[in-house]
Amino acid sequence: MSAARTPGVGTIYRWELRKLRSQKRTYLGLGAAALVPIIFAVAVAAQPGGGPEDVPFGRYIHSTGLAIPLVLLLFGSIWLFPLITALVAGDIVAAEDHNGTLKTILTRSVERGQIFIAKMLAAFSYAALAILVTGTVATVAGVIVSGFHPITSLSGTQVSASHGLGLVAASLGVYLLPIIAVACIGLLFSTLFRNSAAAIVGTLMFSLLLQLLTIIPGLGGLQPYLLSTQFNAWQGFLRTPVDWEPIVRATWVCAFYAIPSLVAGMIVFLRRDVAGG
Amino acid sequence: MTDAPPVEVRGLVKTYGEITAVDHVDLTVRRGDVFGYLGPNGAGKTTSLRMMLGLIRPTAGTVRVFGRDPQLSVRALEGVAGFVEAPRFYPYLDGRTNLRLLAALDGDDAPRRIDEVLEVVELTDRGGDKVGGYSHGMRQRLGLAAALLRRPKLLLLDEPATGLDPGGMRDMRRLIRRLADDGITVLLSSHLLAEVEELCNRVAIVRKGRIVYEGELEDLRRTAGVSYRLRTVDDERARRVCAAQPGIESTDGAGTGVITFQPADDQALAQLSLALTEAGALILELAPRSATLEDLFFELTEGDGDRELAAAHVDAAARIVEEAPS
Repeated sequence: MSAARTPGVGTIYRWELRKLRSQKRTYLGLGAAALVPIIFAVAVAAQPGGGPEDVPFGRYIHSTGLAIPLVLLLFGSIWLFPLITALVAGDIVAAEDHNGTLKTILTRSVERGQIFIAKMLAAFSYAALAILVTGTVATVAGVIVSGFHPITSLSGTQVSASHGLGLVAASLGVYLLPIIAVACIGLLFSTLFRNSAAAIVGTLMFSLLLQLLTIIPGLGGLQPYLLSTQFNAWQGFLRTPVDWEPIVRATWVCAFYAIPSLVAGMIVFLRRDVAGG
Repeated sequence: MTDAPPVEVRGLVKTYGEITAVDHVDLTVRRGDVFGYLGPNGAGKTTSLRMMLGLIRPTAGTVRVFGRDPQLSVRALEGVAGFVEAPRFYPYLDGRTNLRLLAALDGDDAPRRIDEVLEVVELTDRGGDKVGGYSHGMRQRLGLAAALLRRPKLLLLDEPATGLDPGGMRDMRRLIRRLADDGITVLLSSHLLAEVEELCNRVAIVRKGRIVYEGELEDLRRTAGVSYRLRTVDDERARRVCAAQPGIESTDGAGTGVITFQPADDQALAQLSLALTEAGALILELAPRSATLEDLFFELTEGDGDRELAAAHVDAAARIVEEAPS
């Protein structure tokens, strides 16, 4: 027994994914991630003249399908993507409390830290998958509805359709940064509250409150450092030449939210008494 | 592995705010023991077990399993398995998948033992059903199967037969007996004296977080003394003989036709039977009572005040039964 092969984070991670695959909420989130772009594309097709003129790329949704995923990224940042992310990140530890299974898995041959890291990776993977699903479905649906045409960048220059597609992919990648930060906050709340609903609502509230903060006079200067602002960092890619400044800032600002949340969640998870269940 | 005892607990304390759940507990489980951790509900048995499994931190004191501290690393649980309170699983996965998950977290060759342990607990046929639909007894058995995946040298079981129907209880005890016979050391918590008497060789009796007795069950039986019930053809005469006989103590049960007494030793008992016969109080029945250990258990775990209260309840209940129109 002393020479036993002890399982690593990879094994726990694979089983975390297996658990996610067996739970309805996973498909609820992914279903929303797929359905929202389809509904949006259908609405665009049904209204040949209209469109959200007041947001970046809003007026191009009829001229190129590539504008559709970009407009969705803008709308989705308010609550849709934070909600989809929190749905799993806020549940992934609390569900173990709810089922009383923490004691079951903590008395095997894996350390608490390994379990926490595996759960973190699983929550990230799910969030990334949700963004990928939305991006892919929105692009495909957009191209079907409005065609695969060049797109006008925020600097006013024409970008070829294939280059535009690359920029959409890069934008989705950068969009993941604040999403990961939201997942970390969800994970912290999930560990802290031991209750899925409280953790999910808490994460969403936190995300919404940050957006409200900028309305308070005098706090406008905080704007570049709020998590919500980082949801727009991808727009740097849609300038010619590419503006790296918001992207670089998003990287460290998101880390500033994510890392303390993770460390706090990890410490709580390592030290807590598992007395329920 | 060292020669360290399977479980060694010293000065263990756990407090929750004002409440002391576990109060300076010392106990040692030796290799090969079937150790009964006996006490009423709420005496701190589960809390102690949680600390032995590293699930909660002691406020003070130490826990060692095979000489290692389960607070430091889960490695201390090598060769240790068990469950506290009812075993819990993922309700949306079937029994076999739950075991596959746990075996994956055990590493080593645990995944290859899944069929074997399902067979042991007789769940082979239901392994494909979601645990959400399992009965309490099936979950209890799956809990034992999950423990056996680890090929344990020490099993920690928290009230394993509680909530099972009589048949399930019997099967569970039989299974534990068999595992113990295979050389697995078992620490078993229970609030049922009969269960501990049936399965265990050593026992710790806990009351309000404190150990009030730790030792061999045999020694406890001796401490309790053995009392006998006696029925003869002549109650009055037998009572007089008992009162006069040296080495025979406490006669009671006036008017019931049954005399209860405690002999100092076998010799005194033999002498009594002779004296009774000579006096013409011919013996109809002379049998040891097993209830004495139970009396001692109640005394140890409930204290005098509670004991009187319990007796008053019994009396009241008896009166109600008697007074009820037939």
